Amino acid sequence: MTAPAEDRPRRPSLFLERRTYRRRRLMDAARLLPLLGLLLWCIPLLWPSGPEGVTSSGALTYIFCVWLGLILVAFGLALRLRSEEVDKLPEARK
Amino acid sequence: MTTLNTLVAVCLGYVLFLFVVAFMAERSALRGNGRWLRSPLVYTLSLSIYCTAWTFYGAVGSAARTGFEYLTIYLGPSLVMIGWWWVLRKLVRIGRTQRITSVADLISSRYGKSNLLAIGVTILAVVGTTPYIALQLQSVTLSFQVFGTPAPAADALHDYTALWVAVGLAVFTVIFGTRNLDANERHHGVVMAIAVEAVVKLTALLAVGVFVVWGLSGGLSETLARIDASPLGHWQMEGGRWAGITLLSAAAFLCLPRMFQVLVVESDDETHLRTASWAFPLYLMLMSLFVVPIAVVGLDLMPAGSNPDLFVLTVPLSQGQEGLALLSFLGGFSSATSMVIVAAIALSTMVSNHIVMPIWLRFTGGGASVSGDVRHVVLVSRRLSIAGVVGLGYVYYAVSGGGTALATIGLVSFAGLAQVLPAMLGGIFWRGATRVGAFAGLTAGFGIWLYTLFLPSFGSGMILPDALMQNGLFGLGWLRPYALFGIEGMDPVLHTLFWSMAFNLGAFFLASLVSFPSPLERLQGAQFVNIFQHSGAASSWSGGVVQSEDLMIMAQRILGAREAQALFAREAERQGHPGALPETSPDFLEALERELAGSVGAATAHAMVGQIVGGMSVSVEDLMAVADETAQMMEYSSRLEAQSAELSRTARQLREANAKLTRLSVQKDAFLSQISHELRTPMTSIRAFSEILRDGSALGPEDQAKYATIIQDEAIRLTRLLDDLLDLSVLENGQVSLNLRQGLLCDVLDRAEAAALAYTDGPRLQINRDRKAETLVLNTDLDRLSQVFINLISNADKYCDAAQPELDIRVVQTAESLVIDFIDNGSGVSVEARDVIFEKFARVSDGQAGGAGLGLAISRQIVTRLGGAITYLTGQKGAAFRVIVPQGMALAAQ
Repeated sequence: MTAPAEDRPRRPSLFLERRTYRRRRLMDAARLLPLLGLLLWCIPLLWPSGPEGVTSSGALTYIFCVWLGLILVAFGLALRLRSEEVDKLPEARK
Repeated sequence: MTTLNTLVAVCLGYVLFLFVVAFMAERSALRGNGRWLRSPLVYTLSLSIYCTAWTFYGAVGSAARTGFEYLTIYLGPSLVMIGWWWVLRKLVRIGRTQRITSVADLISSRYGKSNLLAIGVTILAVVGTTPYIALQLQSVTLSFQVFGTPAPAADALHDYTALWVAVGLAVFTVIFGTRNLDANERHHGVVMAIAVEAVVKLTALLAVGVFVVWGLSGGLSETLARIDASPLGHWQMEGGRWAGITLLSAAAFLCLPRMFQVLVVESDDETHLRTASWAFPLYLMLMSLFVVPIAVVGLDLMPAGSNPDLFVLTVPLSQGQEGLALLSFLGGFSSATSMVIVAAIALSTMVSNHIVMPIWLRFTGGGASVSGDVRHVVLVSRRLSIAGVVGLGYVYYAVSGGGTALATIGLVSFAGLAQVLPAMLGGIFWRGATRVGAFAGLTAGFGIWLYTLFLPSFGSGMILPDALMQNGLFGLGWLRPYALFGIEGMDPVLHTLFWSMAFNLGAFFLASLVSFPSPLERLQGAQFVNIFQHSGAASSWSGGVVQSEDLMIMAQRILGAREAQALFAREAERQGHPGALPETSPDFLEALERELAGSVGAATAHAMVGQIVGGMSVSVEDLMAVADETAQMMEYSSRLEAQSAELSRTARQLREANAKLTRLSVQKDAFLSQISHELRTPMTSIRAFSEILRDGSALGPEDQAKYATIIQDEAIRLTRLLDDLLDLSVLENGQVSLNLRQGLLCDVLDRAEAAALAYTDGPRLQINRDRKAETLVLNTDLDRLSQVFINLISNADKYCDAAQPELDIRVVQTAESLVIDFIDNGSGVSVEARDVIFEKFARVSDGQAGGAGLGLAISRQIVTRLGGAITYLTGQKGAAFRVIVPQGMALAAQ
């Protein structure tokens, strides 16, 4: 379990603040990633249907490329967001 | 051609293999060396029960029929996993902290441990999952048929295939799913088996895909060209379904009972989510990678009208790849079995915890305090629930005839279970969500889903009459199941999704806004929403009057005797008195309730503890904590106050101790000067007179004798002083040996009186005694006792400052001891001196009388050696000392 938030110093030092800042932006990225995925996967909604529209191979390639990209970014974020660092963050103050 | 017999043998062999895997996993978990069982990889693979036979076979079928729609089923969960930071992380933390056992338990726990809600969610889950289980049985039966010969005899066997599969799955689930009831609700064997199955089905689908792409189509670019040339050549997608089903599958991923089971309940470690966040989308991507190529090639190769759902099997078979077909069959088989197993475990937990147990508790009257093994009841009810859930699936399959109606049931099921989503997400993100709101939302959503999707899914005229489908309820056109409010032509799934979610959310928010939550609900709400700020449990028990024994009895019946005893021992140790039963502090009650919740669910555990604790479960302090957002501050400051009170108490004690030490030190200094004075005075006279004797040859014999006598007297005085010191030191070191004799108390007192007053000039002190009471036989060290009496009497003689000094000696015999009081009529010992009179060197009156301050110290040592006590009696008219001699040493005179 995490240490209670009130146990942490109210005013961390400048150095800690910088690291915290970096980690918070990573958390923001982790939060935004699914929204980005949703957005990219909604693009097919704009494609015209029917014979003059996007070919199936193109559609498949696009969707799977987005998929792979999301997985790779999620992998990178997971590597950076080590739980022992993350869990110590006070959730309330983003 | 693979015969049916081979197929059955392969199936049996595979199931046996699963048994072995599950058994080994359970064993190594028991031995404690199952760390690999809890690796992130196993967790990720266990999530793959999302991919059921419906997705294994049905994805290709769906692709062949409608193009790319199958992808939405995978895209939704991928987004949820990638967005773990939003919801899953919180869910898993809540699940672990609050010891949640199922999705129904989560909802019930969040909304004030309401059992009504739990029952509602359970019914919803059972209704929604039963067709899904039927779907799995159907897919296994269908895949058997692909291999089987269409002989009449085989038909009879096919009828039984589903039954045998259902029985086999029920047995497997009962064996590995109800093996342990203990706290965590984790099933290592089952999870491991599912992980293995995940590998099997992925391998199978990839193998078929690789065969189709590189074996049949001749490479990647050729395959893509073939896809473009096929009927699926162009992007064809209804926008509403694309977005709607993606969202629906995302919602279902969170709400499906089996997904909740593997995601939250079986989760060992939050950090596993981090790995699963990218690994599970990868798994899903691989599962869906070859679906379109297989569908396209199947459409090409297979005769028109063949079932596209079975292309995964029929395409390899038509190419003579029997081994590949068999592998693919196993893939489908494992998809079906793993889904049924986990769904049965999840549903049976819910049914048993939220329906069977409360009913059983009610019908057995006294509830938690009746005799009988509740643990046994829980296990039996869970096993029966598993059999019931799988049986229900089979009945559904048999009744619906396994027709095409089943093919659409997957999404129907998703839409039904997604109704839990508003209550779930609202519960963990919005503190204002109330039980009434959750209930209203669930009811509205569930009702609309039943009316517009589930019941019509049986086919027009099956349950809902044709007239109703055509003209609406009561003939009201705007109540037609497929066209609520007159909006026609919508896709039925989207239609239901839209209206049910709209009404669900609307009812949930409105009812939450206008209702007022109970205190427990508000506590739980704060706990759930702010789970990362304080991962503690809700403090809800006021405790106090409960009997630990009752709790112990109840806990033993639910957790098992050994676990319960271990828990109680641990708690007692934590409270600081090992070896006893723990006190029923709120902390302990919470811990106990959480442990019980792991076995029987939060609502039941709360009810059981509540029955024993009785009455109100929320204390006044808790109500204040709810009412006041600054409660934490108050709590903190009250803790500070308590600490500072304790500090000042300690400081006072320290000051007292310091004062006593200072007094003792002053006395010691005084004594040192006294004793040096005492030693020097006789020494000086001894020296002076011995010098006179040495030098004074002119002294007469009379003078010589006189001086020698003085020298001797002074020497005696010195010796006595040194004797006292020696005596005390011997007594203090415990080296003294007692000389036990029998004698009369009055004789001892007589001797003491005579000795004490021997050197005084005439009996100045008058001693009042009651000789009759003193006629007691003592069996003790009479000399030592008399030494104590002498000291007390001579003290009275020396220090009593009354004009007519008197000493009362009173003897009282009690059941256990003999009490002898020495009370004089002087002014007594001053209050501040009473602390120290029994200390060495303590002298009350400075130099007034000649003692060295050792008498009472010696007396106390002696009486302690004799097994008694000597104390100063307060509240008497003068100085009063009480000597207590144990009764074992005093016998009444014959």
